Amino acid sequence: MTVWPGALPCCVALPLAGAVLAFLLPRRVVAVGLCAALATAAGSALVVANVTAGGALRYAIGGWGAPLGIELAADGLSALMLAATAAVGLAVSVHARDYLLAAPAAPKAFWPLWLFLWSALNALFLSADLFNVYVTLELMGLSAVALVALAGGAAALAAAMRYLLVSLLGSLGWLLGVSLLYHATGTLDLELMAARAPHGLALAVPFGAMTAGLLLKTGLFPFHAWLPPAHGSAPAPVSALLSALVIKASFYLLLRLWFALPPHGDGLALLLGVLGAAAALWGSVQALRQRRLKLLVAYSTVAQLGYLFLAFPLGTELAWRGAVYLALSHALAKGAMFLAAGCVTSRGGDDDIGRLDRVAQGMPLTLAAFALAGISLAGLPPSGGFVGKWLLLQAAFEQGQYQWAVVLLAGGLLTAAYVFRVIGHAFMQSPGAAVRGAPGTMQWAALLLAFGAVALGFLAPWAAPLLDGVVP
Amino acid sequence: MSSAPLYAAAGVALFLIGLHALVWQRHLVRKIIAVNVMGSGASLLLVALGHAGPGATDPVPQAMVITGIVVAVSATGLALSLTLRLARASGQVELPRPRDDDR
Amino acid sequence: MSGGALPLAIVASSLVPGLVIFALPERAVAARSALNLAGALLKIGLLVLMMYGVFHGRSYELRVPLVPGLDFVLHADALSLMFVNLSAVLWLATTVYAIAYLERSPNRSRFFGFFCLCVTATVGLAMAGNLLTFLVFYEMLTLTTYPLVVHRGTEAARRAGRSYLAHTLAGGMLLLAGTVWLYAEAGTLDFTRRGFLAGLPIDPRVLVAIFVLLIAGVGVKSALVPLHGWLPRAMVAPAPVSALLHAVAVVKAGAFGIVRIVYDVYGIEFAAGLGVTLPLAVLAATTILYGSLRALFQDDIKRRLAFSTISQISYITLGIAIAGPVATVGGLLHLVHQGFMKITLFFCAGNLAETLGVHKVADLDGTGRRAPVTMAAFTVAALGMIGLPPTAGFISKWYLGIGALQADHGWVVAVLIGSALLNAAYFLPLLRRIWFAPPPARWPAERPHPGRAVSLALVLPPFLTALAVLAWGLFASAPGLPLHWVKFIAAWEYAP
Repeated sequence: MTVWPGALPCCVALPLAGAVLAFLLPRRVVAVGLCAALATAAGSALVVANVTAGGALRYAIGGWGAPLGIELAADGLSALMLAATAAVGLAVSVHARDYLLAAPAAPKAFWPLWLFLWSALNALFLSADLFNVYVTLELMGLSAVALVALAGGAAALAAAMRYLLVSLLGSLGWLLGVSLLYHATGTLDLELMAARAPHGLALAVPFGAMTAGLLLKTGLFPFHAWLPPAHGSAPAPVSALLSALVIKASFYLLLRLWFALPPHGDGLALLLGVLGAAAALWGSVQALRQRRLKLLVAYSTVAQLGYLFLAFPLGTELAWRGAVYLALSHALAKGAMFLAAGCVTSRGGDDDIGRLDRVAQGMPLTLAAFALAGISLAGLPPSGGFVGKWLLLQAAFEQGQYQWAVVLLAGGLLTAAYVFRVIGHAFMQSPGAAVRGAPGTMQWAALLLAFGAVALGFLAPWAAPLLDGVVP
Repeated sequence: MSSAPLYAAAGVALFLIGLHALVWQRHLVRKIIAVNVMGSGASLLLVALGHAGPGATDPVPQAMVITGIVVAVSATGLALSLTLRLARASGQVELPRPRDDDR
Repeated sequence: MSGGALPLAIVASSLVPGLVIFALPERAVAARSALNLAGALLKIGLLVLMMYGVFHGRSYELRVPLVPGLDFVLHADALSLMFVNLSAVLWLATTVYAIAYLERSPNRSRFFGFFCLCVTATVGLAMAGNLLTFLVFYEMLTLTTYPLVVHRGTEAARRAGRSYLAHTLAGGMLLLAGTVWLYAEAGTLDFTRRGFLAGLPIDPRVLVAIFVLLIAGVGVKSALVPLHGWLPRAMVAPAPVSALLHAVAVVKAGAFGIVRIVYDVYGIEFAAGLGVTLPLAVLAATTILYGSLRALFQDDIKRRLAFSTISQISYITLGIAIAGPVATVGGLLHLVHQGFMKITLFFCAGNLAETLGVHKVADLDGTGRRAPVTMAAFTVAALGMIGLPPTAGFISKWYLGIGALQADHGWVVAVLIGSALLNAAYFLPLLRRIWFAPPPARWPAERPHPGRAVSLALVLPPFLTALAVLAWGLFASAPGLPLHWVKFIAAWEYAP
């Protein structure tokens, strides 16, 4: 097939145009939003197809090259992240259409903000230089914060405010690092910077600042305090976007930074591994204690992020592949889980776990979506989560670093514990009449996304070649 | 220019002062001001580093700073409007302490 | 059919009906029963086709890359065919039984959907060609049997389900740890005749550690002491579930796993050389005696049968752990025979509970006269459990005893005899009550049935399986029967 680099700016421009149009046409906002979503997903699919067929792509906007122009670049890793974003984005768009029917004013704000967020995400995955990343990080953060605040109410607004301050702090760390690195290497392009990498303090200080900023944005333990309130009190489609995509964006950047400018010495890698292990175990324990479903899922995010960081102390190609695969599976599975939670609360129901039996009788599709997503999160076969976990375990055993294997396995058990805590309640015979179910489109959106997470378990051989040459 | 290192140091100092204020000040408007101070510090550092080398001044950092100012303005706008809505909804201009259990 | 399609079709013959059944409304009884039976019959038909092909020298294998470097493999060898056969035939019997048993209960579509998926997992596990594929289906078995255990939706069911999951998921985690570690050390996981570890330069202590992990992982499902806690508690499930779990799916999967690990991963001689087979044999012997002892003190019929299962499955493990072809024959044969005997016992227990409300041993008085066919089947199966000729149980225990003597493990014979005595101690009193005690004035919870005490669909399956128990015993040496098959497998495994 002919390779068309023009698909790259389309992925950024289409949702951006859609957002502006949605803002200008408030009475047709849902139609505009859905069309823009479909178009963006199609654009992303085109990019993925191009990269699979023809290798990495580059596009200079307006024909002006770096350093004064802005360039977009797509390699295998970007393509995979774009694909995950498109899948989750489509499902959330379909789900949100029905979910927001309950609050008539909400769609007018939701669709422009969501499309801005999608545009920022795509631009981030396609950015070739570090300052462009800063801009996309800020756009992403601001849209995400505004989406969290959509729900109104003191809890959501406080969570949004905290998230905003944390996000700004993180971006400033990134900016500081970029300034120092530019001064040291004279370029903003990541590939060129890798070739001219500085040594010693000139690398350590900016690298440290950028890493700290990204850890804040990713919500790694102990920088996670903002995450459960934000993801727990936002509307369900927004929570899905935050847990599935926004957090992965900062993790993606951390990976790119690490691949281009690997730090000397093992200290930082070990620290990240320890923090990841702490996150995995502590987050799971907290999830077990929650009474509300959405908070359980939010703490699950804190825990699952921990696994991703176990790849740093292992550092082999297998470990990086495992982390990437885990990130993709988590995106789909967590998105499905939050959408399922949204189905539960959609008809004004609360999400108290103890009362789920009445809900489950009327919504078997939602329960199935939650179960399949939970299977992927727990790393049970067949699912994408299993493949990611297998690769990380293999890397750990090959290097004789059994402690990380123990963390992965124990974490998997804890994850299964809180997933089945929810499912167990749903199988109980309920004395009262069943609650009326959520609309079919909402449930199918959640279920199809969950199927995607399971299907990832079989797609590894197809996805693996995309990571050749990207992962060290 | 020999005064560039002085400006760079000032930029770092502003950044750190702002960071301290962001973490320790409780009032939200002060936190927002702290973020702005941090941003100014980072911008100052960028421009100063652009002057630090021999020969003509590097224009790229100045382009970055202009973009950064635009971003800071939007962020501040959002932050202030959020603060107003939070104050109206909860009657407080401070963030509640984060807790690890559900409410 | 080409090489890979037939194994896939056999797995699909229960997967597809299962998925369709989930979508059927509760009222669609005829459609659901038709789908169930069609799937079961189709599976048996395809199996016959595959056996014919294997007999004529064709090989069937499906290989699909799953994880970078490792394939998902479905493979038909003699051992897998034996287990698939057992599963397919007993699935048909249980399907007929379950349709009648659950006639008026709620959530039947959910039940039968997971029922089909459970058999899919068992069959896939049987045909797994490497340890990774085995692991995938092993975990799938856990996930598909959980909804069956908690089917009744009561608080007791939920707690039993929680215990079940805690045990089986922990076991799965240990199995995963052992499998990945093995792959990292050995570079392959394909089941190979006589094992693939003998020639590799791996530290023996690592191999022993991996062995412990693997056996602990599959040992949970095969109810090795002290990992057996979930089994008695799982008796809250409906009788078809207990029949399936205890005769076909879960416990046999665990035992089958032990067979594969000892024979086709380590190789029996290499394992004996490592020194791991003797502890395994001791553990199996302990389980045999412990299960029989606990069974003596149970008042509830199903719980007594549960502890009997714990004991009987370890006969298989014992036969595997004692090196030697005759012991192997005994162990593998018991895998088949115990399946038929136990399923008969559970079918009969289910009939008693469902139609007469009899759950306790004390209520068994006079049931022989009330439900003669059912209780005759029960008697045959119970005698088989004790190991009396001419039942199938006698044949497998005979081989185990001879094999133990041949391998210089005389103490095993003592264990076998002790266990047989214990079995008699907890089964014979039941038989006495059934046939020789006068019936009570009223049964605990009798369901009025016109004419017969128990409907045909509930009586026919145990009648047929009991008949099989007699047939495998009386005509043991006939070609095509389990003994012939198992001898073929043992000869193949031990050939140089």
